[in-house]
Amino acid sequence: MAETHLTPRHIPDRLEGRGARLLKSWESLLLVVACLIFLGNSLASPYFLDPWNLSDATFNFTEKAMIAFAMALVIISGEIDLSVASIIALASTAMGYAVQLGFDTPALVLIGLSVGLICGAINGLLITGLGLPSIVVTIGTMSLFRGLSFIILGDQAFTGYPDSFSWFGQGYVWWVFSFEFTLFVALAVVYGVVLHKTNFGRAVYAIGNNQTAALFSGIRVARIKFILFLFTGLMAGLASICLTSRLGSTRPSIALGWELEVVTMVVLGGVNILGGSGTIPGVVLAALIMGMVTFGFGLLNVPGIVMSIFIGLLLISVIALPIVWRRARQRLAH
Amino acid sequence: MMANILRNRELLLVGAIAVLLALITWRFPPFVVPANLARVYNDTSILIILALGQMAVILTRCIDLSMAANLALSGMVAAMLNAAFPGLPIPLIILAAVALGTLLGMINGALVWKLDIPPIVVTLGTLTIYRGMIFLLSGGKWINAHQMSDAFKALPRDELLGFPVLSWLSLVMIALVFLLMSRTALGRAFYAVGGNPHAAVYTGIDVGRTRFFAYCLSGALAGLSGYLWVSRYAVAYVDIAAGFELDIIAACVIGGISIAGGIGTVAGAVLGALFLGVIKNALPVVNISPFAQLAISGLVIIVAVAVNARAERRKGRVILRKAEAV
Repeated sequence: MAETHLTPRHIPDRLEGRGARLLKSWESLLLVVACLIFLGNSLASPYFLDPWNLSDATFNFTEKAMIAFAMALVIISGEIDLSVASIIALASTAMGYAVQLGFDTPALVLIGLSVGLICGAINGLLITGLGLPSIVVTIGTMSLFRGLSFIILGDQAFTGYPDSFSWFGQGYVWWVFSFEFTLFVALAVVYGVVLHKTNFGRAVYAIGNNQTAALFSGIRVARIKFILFLFTGLMAGLASICLTSRLGSTRPSIALGWELEVVTMVVLGGVNILGGSGTIPGVVLAALIMGMVTFGFGLLNVPGIVMSIFIGLLLISVIALPIVWRRARQRLAH
Repeated sequence: MMANILRNRELLLVGAIAVLLALITWRFPPFVVPANLARVYNDTSILIILALGQMAVILTRCIDLSMAANLALSGMVAAMLNAAFPGLPIPLIILAAVALGTLLGMINGALVWKLDIPPIVVTLGTLTIYRGMIFLLSGGKWINAHQMSDAFKALPRDELLGFPVLSWLSLVMIALVFLLMSRTALGRAFYAVGGNPHAAVYTGIDVGRTRFFAYCLSGALAGLSGYLWVSRYAVAYVDIAAGFELDIIAACVIGGISIAGGIGTVAGAVLGALFLGVIKNALPVVNISPFAQLAISGLVIIVAVAVNARAERRKGRVILRKAEAV
């Protein structure tokens, strides 16, 4: 391919052929990968197939996946939110501060969710209100929100959460199904319905595919984007409640680097980083894959950092495969 | 007209830094003595070098999130070379670090160019891969000061005409990148590709190839910074410069380099980095907790984006003015 593939009618570096078939094949590819990893895990370690072990493994991805669902919608609409991990930190810090003041669990939950919503509203206002690029704004608020946590906490840690609060991160709903896993399943259904079965979801796709066209066809672009940033904020607040409850303490470095893991999860799930396409089932599969990889490597005593090599390679190859495949098909067609 | 706006951007930033220095002087006069300012510049040198590379990439409408990981990997290899062969001349080690950095940049560039994968995804992937490679290479062990030769550690600190070599190196890099941007076809191509990729294609510029070279440049500068970082702080381990990729992007954003591509100058990147450097060095002396640094950086980024956004209104015909204001 000596000649450039850019043609006048073609927007540069944008995936083409985003038909249902490609997505279907993407998700089936993910499913195959997930099954292979599952098989590999069960062969690699006799402890893997124990229901309680599997249940423990879900904690590797449930909190990140909650945010990933909302992030998927944001990315499909053509934006990105890199401040989610810092929102977790700020919400956790606020809850920890409230504990020192003697607040109890219901108030803590309310505070966690409120901080998430407020942070999301700040992002949404800056991005839709002032029309600023989301990648830069959320890099800014990422520093700002975590910076506020550092100012409040310094190098301290908040502990002493009430016993009833620990249920969110450590409690079980039924048998081996933890509250977090149940929440993950419920949210997957909710976000799946919102994205794939409602007008709102269709509008999100429309904005991501062609914002101007969406605007002229009567979609309230700014309002919808604002709501999407509220979603990521709220989910980060919810994840913060679960994570803080599971760890039982708050440090300013809580959830460090999660924004990139969440984005990786979303992209691995087949959501086009440039917007316009992607599905919730794909994100669910990506969450399961990342969780199982983490767990499997853990069983084999492989350090987490080596696992990140695997995740990185997986990310690039999963994105590259459909592109290479499409190129090959085009070459055959000529 | 455009040149005016751009010049104003840099002037605005110079003004902002002047105001910042004035405020610091009011609280702590010794901060602005020349010797201390030279120290602040020296402390910011590595960030400046990295911001120059990121600038080239952002100009072409891409982004490089893997620069800090590249720095850490190249730095680790430089430190390991030095620990294994103490007799190896330092210039050779620097060359190795730059070569490795360039290679890592080429990998990013090739994925963006040949496979057309969105840059943010590519560099997100390579960021985790490069960090993991450091662990595989070093087995998670640290390389400490006593394992490094004196010559290896001394170079950035050696003084030349009263200034450390580190400062001189960053000045040389600024000059080189300035010449590249203003005097070569490639430098012009960076702007053309980011400003309007279609137009660039019609004028015969290969968009992918130009982006590839931008990544090579950012890789090479990250490799050089790798050596400088480990020799200056006299330690190498997996997590050096963790999260620094965001400081680099912040420097560029504050410097008025548009994330949408095609707008930005070498002066802007340098001033953006210096702005962050002044804040970082001034906080302890004006009795603001260093813990506030992150929050202040965040605020500065948001303000900078808001200020620069006005100059970046999408060029093109406005058909419906009302729709624009949604």
